[in-house]
Amino acid sequence: MIEVKDIYKSFGDNDVLRGISSVFHPGKNNLIIGGSGSGKTTLLKCIVGLHEPTKGDVLFDGQDFTHMNFEERVPIRKQIGMLFQNSALFDSMTVEENIMFPLNLFTEMSKSEKLDRANFCLERVNLKDKNKLFPAELSGGMKKRVGIARAIAMQPKYLFVDEPNSGLDPKTSIVIDELIAELTEEYQITTVVVTHDMNSVMGIGDHIIFLYQGQKWWEGSNKEIAHTDNKELNDFVFASKFMQAAKERL
Amino acid sequence: MVSQGVGSLGIISIISVFIGAVATIQTAFQLVSDFIPKSIVGGITRDSTILEFSPTISALVLSGRVGSSIASQIGTMRVTEQIDALEIMGVNAPGYLISPKIIAGVTMIPVLVIVSVVLGLLGGYIACAASNDVSTQDYITGLRDSFNPLTVSVCAVKSVVFGFLITSICSYQGFYTSGGALEVGQSATKGVVWSCIMILFADLIVSRVML
Repeated sequence: MIEVKDIYKSFGDNDVLRGISSVFHPGKNNLIIGGSGSGKTTLLKCIVGLHEPTKGDVLFDGQDFTHMNFEERVPIRKQIGMLFQNSALFDSMTVEENIMFPLNLFTEMSKSEKLDRANFCLERVNLKDKNKLFPAELSGGMKKRVGIARAIAMQPKYLFVDEPNSGLDPKTSIVIDELIAELTEEYQITTVVVTHDMNSVMGIGDHIIFLYQGQKWWEGSNKEIAHTDNKELNDFVFASKFMQAAKERL
Repeated sequence: MVSQGVGSLGIISIISVFIGAVATIQTAFQLVSDFIPKSIVGGITRDSTILEFSPTISALVLSGRVGSSIASQIGTMRVTEQIDALEIMGVNAPGYLISPKIIAGVTMIPVLVIVSVVLGLLGGYIACAASNDVSTQDYITGLRDSFNPLTVSVCAVKSVVFGFLITSICSYQGFYTSGGALEVGQSATKGVVWSCIMILFADLIVSRVML
């Protein structure tokens, strides 16, 4: 479980996050949604420690992550997997080497065990036999899947995903969403997904927080979102005529 | 090490031969008095090559070749979130990315400077052989006369310092890149410019302290 308590983050005079609190439970797809510039990615980066919050705490299973130093954070970071917006695969390494990278650093596994684990992860994301390819040889969707495979290589307790659908066609987006949802349920991972993709919201949003102007404006599930009377959330989720028509049918 | 050392060998070799040859020709041109022995050309070429031309000019060239490569590599890793990925995994990113580059710099750049000295003196020999200004015999006599080992120590210290400066400044610029492709290019430029300036300062300080 991840607990976010009253997080503030400012860059100079620009207050990006203003007092956000929430709890993200294991086995659930926790979605952070909001318009561009609402603070979604900043919140995610504050949670994982890439940004230091100006004020507030982030607790991983009760451990105060925010006030730990680099060394104290390492044991928690070993339990974190993250899929970045642009996948962030290491260019100079093959797919297999990318997945084995955290295993090389943090485990005592033999080379064959690491290879087995890499193959298992690749099979899990439906990318069998792509071991020797370099990231430059992969499509956007394949890169995302390799990113997920690398993120789950260490069997993480916490999975963070930043814009998993950006730059992907609708069909591949659904495949990625379903994969994230399956892994979350299968391994009971605490998954936090930053997205503004409405298919993701309606498809896998077990727990959703909507950010508006740096504040938590609404919190609920995908089942509740269609019936909310929150104006800003309705304007965001049902912005398109297609979504408005879908809402009327609900 | 391979990238910094073997990869730079070609450009350093070419530059060194030409610098040695030009230094010899110009020294011979300026020392036209009958009261000065021709062999002194070899001595002046040797000292100027060991003390200044090889370490400093090699370092300036390497700051362009090696430094820009380091800054753009690390900068690209930063803007494509590869460094964030390392940090998320609990890896000490500066230690993991920068330390090997600094170690390679302080070991391979002195090796390249040694190669540069040898090839610079060879370039001087070729210039003598190709012209009638100074005989090759006089040149070799000059190289051997009144050799001061301190010049080699100065050369070694300079090359280690320059290796450290190039790799650390360019790594720093790359590591703190933010933005996109434009900023990666700017970081590489800043890295090279700052390296060149700091090399010249360090050159002055080491020369003043050691000579």
